[in-house]
Amino acid sequence: MSHFLRRQRYLIDFTLASLGRRKGKNLGLLGVYTLIVFLLASVMLFSQALRQEAGLLLQEAPEVVVQRMVAGRHDLIPAAYLERIGTLRGVAAKYGRLWGYFYDPAVQANYTLMVPRTREIAGGEMIVGAGIARTRGLGPGDFLSFRSGGGSTFSFRVAAVLAADAELVSADLLLVNEADFRAFFGIETGMYTDIALEVRNPREVRKVAEKLSVLLPDTRPILREEILRTYDALFQWRQGIVFVLLTGSLLAFVIFAWDKASGLSAEEKREIGILKAIGWETADVIRMKFWEGALVSLGAFLLGYLAAYVHVFFADAALFAPVLKGWAVLYPQFRPQPFVDGLQVATLFFFTVFPYTVATVVPIWRAATTDPDAVMR
Amino acid sequence: MQGSSPTARPPRPRRAGTLPLLLLGMGLLLFAATVLDAARRGNAADLAGPRGLVAELGLTDLALFTEARYTRHLSQADRHTAFQDHPLALDHFPSGSLVPPPQRLRRP
Repeated sequence: MSHFLRRQRYLIDFTLASLGRRKGKNLGLLGVYTLIVFLLASVMLFSQALRQEAGLLLQEAPEVVVQRMVAGRHDLIPAAYLERIGTLRGVAAKYGRLWGYFYDPAVQANYTLMVPRTREIAGGEMIVGAGIARTRGLGPGDFLSFRSGGGSTFSFRVAAVLAADAELVSADLLLVNEADFRAFFGIETGMYTDIALEVRNPREVRKVAEKLSVLLPDTRPILREEILRTYDALFQWRQGIVFVLLTGSLLAFVIFAWDKASGLSAEEKREIGILKAIGWETADVIRMKFWEGALVSLGAFLLGYLAAYVHVFFADAALFAPVLKGWAVLYPQFRPQPFVDGLQVATLFFFTVFPYTVATVVPIWRAATTDPDAVMR
Repeated sequence: MQGSSPTARPPRPRRAGTLPLLLLGMGLLLFAATVLDAARRGNAADLAGPRGLVAELGLTDLALFTEARYTRHLSQADRHTAFQDHPLALDHFPSGSLVPPPQRLRRP
């Protein structure tokens, strides 16, 4: 065993010394290779982390949200619907939700105004999301004025700022009390934005939704599992789109690597000829080249993956922020929780390390099995 | 010369593989560290604060795309988003290119 290991160690020493003789070319290859792995791994880690985080957070979303549809659009729902839903078996709790959007022309951002169910907020006060606080430079005690749809100006005092660690779900939230919300938007008492339901038995959720559509035909139930599926599909889609965009650069790299690995230069051929002439066996030459491919690709994989991990989980995926932001003025500052999917990492490893190693070994096998004299000529 | 015996071994030449192999070993250790870090930090308990807020307020969506109502609340959007303003209306927002069509439209 120790003989085998020593032999491999000598082969690795020789391979690295040989790579060192063409330092510029090989470092260039390692750099490009690392960059490709970095991009792929960043997309993979970021999408996976967001998907996982969205799944965990939205597990707490309402089990069923009931929207009233008028002329194909979401409309306000009367409180009387709550009583009608009350007759449905299996519904453990039901409550009307009040929320809406407000476009703030001062910073050209959209806010989500909401009435909390349990939190007490005094009249004329509001609690703001950390994203809004940052964008407008607000802190507790500051005042913010908005012009309502009715033309009158409402001034709210900032009572508190929501925790920064919840920014992914609350960056654009403005929490006000029910009376202020209704006065600001001109929504009468007895009307809600939608209704949220809690179902006693999770296996009955679909049944409850079916009954709802019969009982209240002008409503649309949205189940929690649909919300979770939406986000799961969203991040899969996003990852797919980025991978498609990366395909061009990936193909360019494949051609480059294939050319570099499979096309032997005259110098390399001469080296093989000399090695064979001084007594190296074909198997040794192939092993030596295997180590060359394995060391370069493993080095690039490790460097690229580690850089991607730091980029996504320690530098807040700064390179992707402009893509995610789109045209939004308010963007949550968040650091995704590191979730690493072993299967995805293994797939990335297989598709980056394996092809290059094979591409290095195959042409060498051809050259190494020919006569040293012919190779040297 | 005193101190140097004729039987003393000549110094070994520096092996080319030592430093790169050490670096590679360090890379492997760091890789293992990322797995441990993910296992330590990436758990649901750390999300207790945001999860509590989602439960308290009954939130349904992530505040990732705040530019339009149908990108802010993806799961609550009208059935015809992003073409909700009128049939064949073009989607104006860049996020639209990143959001998939509704699942029912993708069924064969």
